[in-house]
Amino acid sequence: MTRIGLLFERLKRENRKGLIAYLTAGDPTPARTPSLVHALERGGADLIELGVPFSDPIADGPVIQRAGERALQAGTSLRTVLDIACRIRETSQVPLLLFTYLNPVVRYGLDRLAEDAAAAGIDGCLLTDASVEEAEAYAAAMHRHNIDTVFLAAPTSTPRRLELVARYSTGFVYLVSRTGVTGERDSLSASVAPLVNSMREVTDLPLAVGFGISKPEHVAELGHQVEAVVVGSALVRIIEQHPGPELEQRLEEFTRSLKSGFGAQA
Amino acid sequence: MIAQPDSGGHFGPYGGRYVPEVLMAPIEELERAYLEARDDPAFQSELAGLLRNYAGRPTPLYFAKRLSASLGGARIYLKREDLLHTGAHKINNCLGQALLARRMGKRRIIAETGAGQHGVATATVCALLGFECVVYMGEEDMRRQRLNVFRMRMLGARVEGVATGSATLKDAISEAMRDWVTNVGDTYYLLGSALGSHPYPMMVRDFHRVIGEEARGQILEAEGRLPDAAIACVGGGSNAIGLFHAFIGDPGVALIGVEAGGRGEALGEHAARYRGGAPGVLQGAYSYLLQDENGQVALTHSVSAGLDYAMIGPEHAWLRDQGRAEYLAASDAEALDAARRLSRTEGILPALESAHAVAETIKRAPSAAGEIFIVNLSGRGDKDIDIYRENFKELDPQ
Repeated sequence: MTRIGLLFERLKRENRKGLIAYLTAGDPTPARTPSLVHALERGGADLIELGVPFSDPIADGPVIQRAGERALQAGTSLRTVLDIACRIRETSQVPLLLFTYLNPVVRYGLDRLAEDAAAAGIDGCLLTDASVEEAEAYAAAMHRHNIDTVFLAAPTSTPRRLELVARYSTGFVYLVSRTGVTGERDSLSASVAPLVNSMREVTDLPLAVGFGISKPEHVAELGHQVEAVVVGSALVRIIEQHPGPELEQRLEEFTRSLKSGFGAQA
Repeated sequence: MIAQPDSGGHFGPYGGRYVPEVLMAPIEELERAYLEARDDPAFQSELAGLLRNYAGRPTPLYFAKRLSASLGGARIYLKREDLLHTGAHKINNCLGQALLARRMGKRRIIAETGAGQHGVATATVCALLGFECVVYMGEEDMRRQRLNVFRMRMLGARVEGVATGSATLKDAISEAMRDWVTNVGDTYYLLGSALGSHPYPMMVRDFHRVIGEEARGQILEAEGRLPDAAIACVGGGSNAIGLFHAFIGDPGVALIGVEAGGRGEALGEHAARYRGGAPGVLQGAYSYLLQDENGQVALTHSVSAGLDYAMIGPEHAWLRDQGRAEYLAASDAEALDAARRLSRTEGILPALESAHAVAETIKRAPSAAGEIFIVNLSGRGDKDIDIYRENFKELDPQ
């Protein structure tokens, strides 16, 4: 079992919900990312998604697009992100999920990535633009190296598709809260509850929900429906707006305030 | 080979469906709706009527006598897609997809455009059929194709400038996909080339097959035999696949695609995907892609906005692997020269995209005496007048 599986077992045992934090690795620089991850962890993040910057991020809104541009400017590649993971692992056992578009993976090589990611201490991988239909070889390669494959389920997904997502997913299933790209929203779509229910019918895996979550109230609203919630753009925006020395402190405090949305946890 | 693609949209290893999960169900719905429409005589009959009476099909296959004579070799025929309504082949696909969108009950159509020809054709069919229309266009392309930007607005479309990346076609497609992901319920994405996720490469090809089917009949009537070569420019590759398809089963017909050789050999200076490209995934499809060693998509350059794209359509990648089609490149300078030459020998001012096909024709015709070439003149050059003016300053004394 990976650190992701262990995390969700522990959360269940302790009757707690998980907070998953996304950041684009290499933003503002590869050297800074480990320190930002540690700040998120201090603030209470239970799992970190390391986004791999890509030149053509079709699923991302402007905030994460700009983060990707900054990371690419700073010379970040998929190999760089694995190096960042190695450095995080020197001092932390926080579960790490690689969050990437497919083309850098194709270029790197599936088997090589699975091997190197495992060596770097990566626990899971999520491809934003690879449907389950195209994922057979990918899932097999990752599972050989004990890396979880997390797939997305969306409000538009048909029952047949949800079954495929359940079949290929390990670790947890990532529910997309609404149609659209990544980015903060004032209110969360009512489509989450039906999606949660449909997904529960086809899997026993933990469920996390993401896209559009930026406030403690969102965390509170969703926390009683799923095992974990994901916050991305709201964190990345802080990185964009406060790149100075106070950044780590701000990230830690914001993460703590998000986590407070779950209420008093054991 | 003709039965391609498979049910997952694969042409050999290429093609497929590489999109965010949010779009997978809508793409499956689109495929079902298209396959039903394709087999529906009422749909085909309405489309054929519009192609004939609105768009102006069939287009002539014109024997370019003076161009042929000036090169002293092959007999060159031009398939005059430039004479279609809106000035390019793009209208074939737009009429087909817009009828499909209406059939699917959508009310809003979005599209990307590079040179603006697909955007103009989309804006046109939206006006014709009463759809709200939004066209995404890179700001760099808006600058170099100002005329088409205004044409789209005149036709009632909203043109959304895209400033990200290289601000060209690739970035316009990403932005259109983001719109589609967000508004998938009521919006139809009218993709303009033989690119993207299945079923687009198949569907766009099918709507353009009429080009090759007509040309085949016309050359048999004119010459009593098939051509030795069919030549077309290839950005995503819609006009080329439309011409090629009728000849794939005829081994004596060489299929020649012409990519944008740009202004140099280095990555970033051209859009010739077989000059240093490698298979990869971009915007829904697996195909030959210009990219760096880390899998980041490379910037491209071409004087022609319509060819300025990092990936070639997946069926072209397959045809090349099979040895059935050959892909070459013409440089910016060669395309510009070809445009001037065609203008002066035949009185036909071609689009810069089509001028790349003419450039390759000029290279190979002199040594091809006794052969017959069909060249797809996919668009007319009015939209490129500003670029021609910049490049032929001697014709424009201040």
